[in-house]
Amino acid sequence: MNNVLRTTARCLQSGAWHYRTAQNNGELLSVWARLMCSSAAQKNLEEMVKKDKVVVFIKGTPAQPMCGFSNAVVQILRMHGVDNYAAYNVLDDQDIRQGIKTFSNWPTIPQVYFNGEFVGGCDILLQMHQSGDLVEELQKLGIRSALLDQEKQS
Amino acid sequence: MLSTALRCLRPSSCTLALSRQLAHHRPHMDPSSPRPVETTIRTKLTQALAPEHLEVINESHMHAVPPGSESHFRVLVVSPQFEGLSLLQRHRLVNETLREELSTCVHALAIQAKTPQQWSSNPSLAKSPPCMGGSKHDNTMTEKLKAGRD
Repeated sequence: MNNVLRTTARCLQSGAWHYRTAQNNGELLSVWARLMCSSAAQKNLEEMVKKDKVVVFIKGTPAQPMCGFSNAVVQILRMHGVDNYAAYNVLDDQDIRQGIKTFSNWPTIPQVYFNGEFVGGCDILLQMHQSGDLVEELQKLGIRSALLDQEKQS
Repeated sequence: MLSTALRCLRPSSCTLALSRQLAHHRPHMDPSSPRPVETTIRTKLTQALAPEHLEVINESHMHAVPPGSESHFRVLVVSPQFEGLSLLQRHRLVNETLREELSTCVHALAIQAKTPQQWSSNPSLAKSPPCMGGSKHDNTMTEKLKAGRD
């Protein structure tokens, strides 16, 4: 099964805390928004990143990425023959989009998780791929990189 | 988002810049137009990481945003402070330094963080992948860009 795309349930019961306009000034709103980032939302994300060995948060889907950097992540995983991973489209859900940035303490998308642990964004995955570290990291997950088989054939 | 818009308007992110370094990396920008975000990025990275080599490149013209935007950047930082740090730790250092910009006007930041030894053995600037129009499908971009330019 190639490039499994999972739809996710909405993280927050309380609704669009990012979209509410405030009577107060911008600083108060941002503090209030952070307080309202409920532990339930973060706990949900924690479950999401741990549910699968390889989890990515991207713009678009593996079949149709909507961002060059997200596409790079998809292509690198494809090159290594990793086709069974969870991909969450942040463009579909602003709560996930903002939530994962807070959860990872990482300001941009795409974001990559291996075994529930944050790996980095596109630049880091690319460097890991170029250095050979990615093959090793996948091996630790019990995933054999397709590149190993290519090397054997050549 | 209201908080995002208000943060972008604060004076700290709007200092005017007269620097013309690396103009060849910005073929679509008028050299005399102020580049406050680029200047701030350069200043902050210099102060925080004391780099031996620093390149700050505005790649906004490669993306689906209006001309003159300062929303997408690539930075190359060569600093001895990266010695002994993992890639993730290095990138987090850079992110932390630019936290304000990344939470407001800067939508994308590509990072290369090298030690001086790594840089001398491979002095090459990576290239960003072609845009796939993500910003066109992003309904929060218009707000961010308007806020960044005001």
